[in-house]
Amino acid sequence: MRSLEELKDLKVKAEKELALREDTGRPAITVHMGTCGIANGARTVLNAVLSELQARNLTDIHVTQTGCPGMCHLEPLVTVTELGKPPFIYGKVTPENAKKIVIQHIINGQPVTEWLINLEK
Amino acid sequence: MEFYRSHVLVCTGTGCTSSDSRLLISELRKELADNGLEKEIQVIETGCFGFCNLGPIMVVYPEGVFYCRVNQEDIKEVVQEHFVKGRPVERLFYREPGADVKTQEFNDIEFFKHQKRVALANCGLINPEKIEEYIARDGYFALAKVLHEMTPQGVIDEIKNSGLRGRGGGGFPTGLKWQFAYNAKGDQKYVVCNADEGDPGAFMDRSVLEGDPHAVLEAMAIAGYAIGANQGFIYVRAEYPIAVERLQLAIDQARNLGLLGKDIFGMGFEFDVEIRLGAGAFVCGEETALLTSVEGKRGEPRPRPPFPANSGLWEKPTIINNVETYANVTHIIRYGADWFAAMGTEKSKGTKVFALAGKIKNTGLIEVPMGTTLRTIIYDIGGGILNDKKFKAAQTGGPSGGCIPAELIDTPIDYDNLIAIGAMMGSGGLIVMDEDTCMVDIARFFLEFTQDESCGKCPPCRIGTKRMLEILTRITEGKGTPEDLGNLEILAKTIKSTALCALGQTAPNPVLSTLKYFRHEYEAHIYDKKCPAGVCKALLSYKIDPEKCRGCSLCARNCPTDAISGKVKEPYVIDAEKCIKCGACMEKCKFGAISRG
Repeated sequence: MRSLEELKDLKVKAEKELALREDTGRPAITVHMGTCGIANGARTVLNAVLSELQARNLTDIHVTQTGCPGMCHLEPLVTVTELGKPPFIYGKVTPENAKKIVIQHIINGQPVTEWLINLEK
Repeated sequence: MEFYRSHVLVCTGTGCTSSDSRLLISELRKELADNGLEKEIQVIETGCFGFCNLGPIMVVYPEGVFYCRVNQEDIKEVVQEHFVKGRPVERLFYREPGADVKTQEFNDIEFFKHQKRVALANCGLINPEKIEEYIARDGYFALAKVLHEMTPQGVIDEIKNSGLRGRGGGGFPTGLKWQFAYNAKGDQKYVVCNADEGDPGAFMDRSVLEGDPHAVLEAMAIAGYAIGANQGFIYVRAEYPIAVERLQLAIDQARNLGLLGKDIFGMGFEFDVEIRLGAGAFVCGEETALLTSVEGKRGEPRPRPPFPANSGLWEKPTIINNVETYANVTHIIRYGADWFAAMGTEKSKGTKVFALAGKIKNTGLIEVPMGTTLRTIIYDIGGGILNDKKFKAAQTGGPSGGCIPAELIDTPIDYDNLIAIGAMMGSGGLIVMDEDTCMVDIARFFLEFTQDESCGKCPPCRIGTKRMLEILTRITEGKGTPEDLGNLEILAKTIKSTALCALGQTAPNPVLSTLKYFRHEYEAHIYDKKCPAGVCKALLSYKIDPEKCRGCSLCARNCPTDAISGKVKEPYVIDAEKCIKCGACMEKCKFGAISRG
């Protein structure tokens, strides 16, 4: 260790790996993976979300799974939760849509309104 | 870098390792690979969470789901349900004692809620075998801060102002100790870490070494800078193989990154650490005996003064602090003396780790602010007494300490309050006793331990503790005489004032404190030849109440020595000559006809 800067660089790198265990305050993505969701391809959606986050090195976005919320006809469902806001639920998500959700909603902060199923009219 | 969506933390501290957490990890890795999840879900081996009676423990992030008592057969279900389908496995959640609902999240559990973790801040939450995880949580930034921004005297002042006192037992102000070593003249000085944890039931130092070894290394380097030392030694017992292994790994990693060695941070400061293994002698936890042992000689204490700060290792100025003390140092440097001094009581600042053991529902390792009452520790964190029996007393400070009786349960626990009531902080072992514990027997147990561990160098300890043990054994066997109590007190006071080191000086404490609070139990043993708690076998007799006995013969059939005889449907009798007082008959009797007295 030659300097403080070196330690800081190391910390920034290492912090990214630990972000998963901390409350980052950033939006979180939940993929609904009940039997219905899985049958409709929730797995490929989850993989698409993960690969997009990886491509952009967004380790502070937590990805979790949950069960079926009861709207089986709209599976696969993806919910984005943001602190202090009602959840954004996306229906009939495809792997391509999932990527766009990551880019437009998570990164740019603009929900993809046309795919939301709980948007108040 | 692999991209993981989930981290599974599995405890690999000594507690969970002994309940096979390593087998669990290999099973988990295999099951994840079978499901193609090995690149999504990362398995991380951590140190101890402190909730040892629930091991093996597993925590899943980002959700923070807390699984307890997970065994190999559960792994398939956890992977299938939780990791494939996102449905946490409810049956493995933790249930509060007496509650119907189970708690899913780690932070909601009562055991953790009342705690304040400073020394144990990283234990269970990081992988102790990866220096990067320590750095991610601000590791080595305290060392960087002292080297860049503080003078050695500034560091010592900060520690002094924090009010930190030694966590190994004596409670001596740490900053003052450092000041003495700083003032001492000498071309070579040393920093020593006392990791010779020997109190029965105490394991906080092991947990820190296993769960957060870099915290100790960083603090030792800070101490080295403060007093002007370039070499540190950690004296750790060889009975702690996992701690030794992780510590060595941590030293190697720190050396590789140049956080130990020459010219650290390019600031011209040099510091290195070596491990010395102890052979498990209790006396080597005493500082002068420890230093003698590090030098390669027989571990025996020597008189003080001179104190180690002036003449320690190889007669050079040396500071010697306990593991938990060091674990607090980096936090004080990082957040400031005022932050630390805001926790605790007037003369005892910060937090203290206790090892909860004995007749308590939640056993394990806890950290609470100084001044927390025994009631909070036993009932809120510990979940109460096993089988909801009555709390009788708690022993603090192990064999050097004393007991806190039930009537003092609301005493705020700090160094001075404990001394005032005849106990002591010690290293923080806390053994909880219920109504079925015989206090004379407990005193005898601790004295047997210290007597066995006495190094034999000074007569008060070598001979005095032996005589005390003989008297106590006699009392528990029903052969005590009225003079015994007075003799015990004279011996105890003489040993306390004349023994060479702290081992001998504190050995009589358990006897004195039980005599103070439970004298009536001693008297019952001596005058009435009775053991009120029903523990001392020689003083027990079992009787069958002919009124209640239905003559079912169950007791006779379960008696291992055929001491019970009688006719079916008529009252049975116990032959006192043959009875070995095992209590099997009393346990089996369905009519409550057998009594012990």
